[in-house]
Amino acid sequence: MSQPAMLRVSRLTKTYATAAGPLTVLHEASFELEAGASIAIVGPSGSGKTTLLGLCAGLDRATGGSIELAGERLDALDEDARARVRNESVGFVFQNFQLIPTLTALENVLVPLELRGEGGCEPQGRALLERVGLAARADHYPVQLSGGEQQRVALARAFINTPKILFCDEPTGNLDGDNAESMVELIFGLNRERGTTLVLVTHNFELAGRCQRIIRLKGGSVASDERTQASS
Amino acid sequence: MRFILLMAWRDSRASRRRLFLYSVSVVLGIAALVSIGSFSANVRQAIDSEARGLLGADLVVTSPAPLPAAVMDYLGALGGDIAREQTFTSMLTFPSVGRLRLVQVHAVEGGFPFYGTFETEPAGGAALLRSGGAVAVVEPTLLAQFGVRTGDKVKLGGTLFTVVASVGKVPGESPGVAMMAPRVYIPMGALAGTGLSGSQALARHRAMLRLPAGRDADATVRDMKEKFPLVRLSFDTVAERKRNLGQAIDRLDAFLSLVGFVALILGGIGVASALHAYIRGKIATVAVLRCLGSSAGQSFSVYLVQGLALGLVGACVGGALGLAVQSALPALFSSVLPFSINFFVSWPALLRGTGVGVVICLLFSALPLLSVRRIPPLAALRAATAERALSSPDPWRLAIVAAIAAAIAAFAVWQTGALAVGLGFAAMLGLGILVLAGLGVAVAWAARRFVPRSLPYVVRQGLANLHRPNNRTVLLLVSLGLGTFLVLTLFLVRTSLLREIRGADALGRPNLIFFDIQDDQIGPLRAAAAAAGSPVTESSPIITMKIASVRGKSVEDILREKDAKIAAWALRREYRSTFRSSISSTEKVTEGRFTGKAAPGGAPPPISVEEGLARDLRLHLGDEVDWDVQGLPVRSVVGSIRSVEWRRMEPNFFIVFPEGALDGAPMTYLAALHADSPAQSARVQLAVVDAFPNVTAIDLALVVETLDGIFSKVAFAIQFMALFTVATGLVVLAGAVLMGRHQRIMETVLLRTLGANRRQLAQIQLVEYSALGVQAAVVGSLLAVAGNALLARYVFHVAASASALQVGAAVATVSVLAVATGFLAGRGVADHPPLEILRQET
Repeated sequence: MSQPAMLRVSRLTKTYATAAGPLTVLHEASFELEAGASIAIVGPSGSGKTTLLGLCAGLDRATGGSIELAGERLDALDEDARARVRNESVGFVFQNFQLIPTLTALENVLVPLELRGEGGCEPQGRALLERVGLAARADHYPVQLSGGEQQRVALARAFINTPKILFCDEPTGNLDGDNAESMVELIFGLNRERGTTLVLVTHNFELAGRCQRIIRLKGGSVASDERTQASS
Repeated sequence: MRFILLMAWRDSRASRRRLFLYSVSVVLGIAALVSIGSFSANVRQAIDSEARGLLGADLVVTSPAPLPAAVMDYLGALGGDIAREQTFTSMLTFPSVGRLRLVQVHAVEGGFPFYGTFETEPAGGAALLRSGGAVAVVEPTLLAQFGVRTGDKVKLGGTLFTVVASVGKVPGESPGVAMMAPRVYIPMGALAGTGLSGSQALARHRAMLRLPAGRDADATVRDMKEKFPLVRLSFDTVAERKRNLGQAIDRLDAFLSLVGFVALILGGIGVASALHAYIRGKIATVAVLRCLGSSAGQSFSVYLVQGLALGLVGACVGGALGLAVQSALPALFSSVLPFSINFFVSWPALLRGTGVGVVICLLFSALPLLSVRRIPPLAALRAATAERALSSPDPWRLAIVAAIAAAIAAFAVWQTGALAVGLGFAAMLGLGILVLAGLGVAVAWAARRFVPRSLPYVVRQGLANLHRPNNRTVLLLVSLGLGTFLVLTLFLVRTSLLREIRGADALGRPNLIFFDIQDDQIGPLRAAAAAAGSPVTESSPIITMKIASVRGKSVEDILREKDAKIAAWALRREYRSTFRSSISSTEKVTEGRFTGKAAPGGAPPPISVEEGLARDLRLHLGDEVDWDVQGLPVRSVVGSIRSVEWRRMEPNFFIVFPEGALDGAPMTYLAALHADSPAQSARVQLAVVDAFPNVTAIDLALVVETLDGIFSKVAFAIQFMALFTVATGLVVLAGAVLMGRHQRIMETVLLRTLGANRRQLAQIQLVEYSALGVQAAVVGSLLAVAGNALLARYVFHVAASASALQVGAAVATVSVLAVATGFLAGRGVADHPPLEILRQET
């Protein structure tokens, strides 16, 4: 029996008003993703990858089409309601880590839970940091951590709220080979352990190949949607 | 809420020092409000606790003439204690040094003061006065000026008095009065021997009463007004004195608070500017928080909490500083207040000052913080989306600006208690800020547009800093410029007023005036003055008279009319009129024609009436006025109305008769002359007063000195508060330099990498800060010159004067302060090794 859809994207369009007239960066993209599955969005620069990711994660509003995430129509929600959905169901990993510089590693990890008003969740945070190999660096500030370590903190933060879906934007883009490899292992390891759905934007075909599906974007449209060997 | 507080606390970790510095911007404004508010509360409490001591009696009845027997009988029948005092001006001679000085003589009799203490040094001077004899208690400044000590002799009229003490605070007297003419107390019994008792100018007769228990002072006053409607009496009660003093303190409190409030507003602008830069650095953090599920309201609240904390810290530090300043104020104001002030903290004033500070800080903080709501979560992926969102118009911004304007107006109305004044203040402040901000924009634009390529690189780079992105040109021009404007305006106004008075010296106008000259003394006095080297240049006869009737209706009848719109004081007063053949240089006929010679044949002579008096008496050309010239009835008609330049220290009169109209009336004379130097002035005074002891002299130089003393004290209090504004401007400058420190370090590192040496880097900074400082100072000074011109013309009616030296000194001082502050705040910028910084960025 097939899993219910975690993400349902239908005829999604995003157009910006520019001085030279309207600019469509995403044109009627449609796909579905079942819970627990992993998908890579690939394509050349300017093909609309990040725009699609932002829309799917509820970071931006589409000009047309619809998105259903974890059973909620994002296009029907206002910004605060989308923020609630992000907090309850979504995890993020960014290319440039995006840790809050004034918070320690542990505090960065705990932000999503504290936003919900949950207290006493420090053991959870420490456990996740231990899982990503940074138990000893829990009280360090981002500036005291290497790039690889910062990205692992970001991953721990992404999983702290046991998200239903994890969005990764070029998660290894700013990492060297060893760090990138260990990061990939962690992402897919946690993805398997926790049954999280994974949406990954990348230029890296090797990384994309580890996902079950690959969507190729070209000029803002879905050029192909293929299953990979990892899906079997 | 927990998340908001936790996040606000954690997020501030790396920037607490910076946030504290931002809060310093409002510290001085809050300190000014707290110190003035709390000090005023101290003064009010002193007024309450020393209420009776303020007057020294329950009721004081004053008259310019000896109190009629009927009045004295009435007072005696009240059954309380009565003391009497006669006050007049005269010349006091110091025989040991051969000098003399105009003084205010107080001849006293009875047990005054009934409340409070007549302070003398040594103590006991008041008792010696009561016991009578030729003893005098003299103003300490006079003793110091002429090197006179207790036991030495001074001469008043024809009597030598032994100085038994110096006088301190006396209940009912304001020390400010002593500044106009030094006081000399003598026993009433010794007055007759001096030959002075009688018709001295500015004489005042007082009866001071301690009322029996149960007798109400205000009811007594009402009763006396009804019983003696025609006698010129004025009354002073404890309640009246308290009311008057309270009102004066309230006005001073309001005025100084408004000056302090300007500093607070400038601080608010500084905070808004600093937080604007601060929030720019927080875009990524906010975007991530939004991605992680924080709502726009939550993110905004995180930084609003920081803004509030900033205001609270500013309020606490400002409050503490304000109390420290307050503790120094009693010493500053002791010479102008009639009682001693006990220091205590006024909690309501402290709460009010800090509360206003927090509200203003919060409102100004909200302005830049609003943009936090608009940072989209997408900015975590694409930084450019934040810029787009932040640059779009936000209606809430207008709402906050309106709230700030409303808060400023509300505070001003609250302080002044007058809607029009409060709104006027807010409008003028807004206009001043707009003018300065407009000039700031123009300066930045001009720096971009008109700096010639031929200028040396360091100059071009320094000037380019005025218009580069994130420049603080407008902010600094507003803050430093407004501070300069306030302080310099006060300074220039004072100079204009003093120069107007001093102008007499420069133009050879009379600067020494003798009065109380008897009819038979004027000739010999002219000769004595001429012999002493300064001939009399002007003299006028003075005839004292009262109004008997106006347009055929007697003064009594007019006073009885309930709806008579004629000022009672003008009907009751004693006029010192003159007669002459032409108008003087200080007068101008505005209506009718001046008549210099009375027509023969007994027709009522045409008189010339000063325009203000004509207004008060509702007199018009052709109106008949009957005079009581010391018992002799004289009828006159209004022939002309004159405007008089009263501020010119020359003999001026309300009523001028034509020559020949008052022949035979008892008269005294007034003579004026010009003395070239203080020594010459002293020589003439000594020669004249020695020969004619009843004659009194007013030395204009001493009047100028006295006025200067009063101006200095008032101006100092105001300038003291205005200095808070300048200091705030400098704090804002320091904050702006520190805010842009990282950007500056990056530029400096880049320039050093490209080969710039330390000297060149310092020169660039020097050019930038000098340009800012000089512009702020010049703009502030120009506004001050304009403000002084407007105040001089429309408020003080004098010629405005602004010396280039004063303006130049202000420009130089503010510029130097700006450069020094800029260098101090930016020190160490050039100390970073280029590699260290460049590595951080990669």
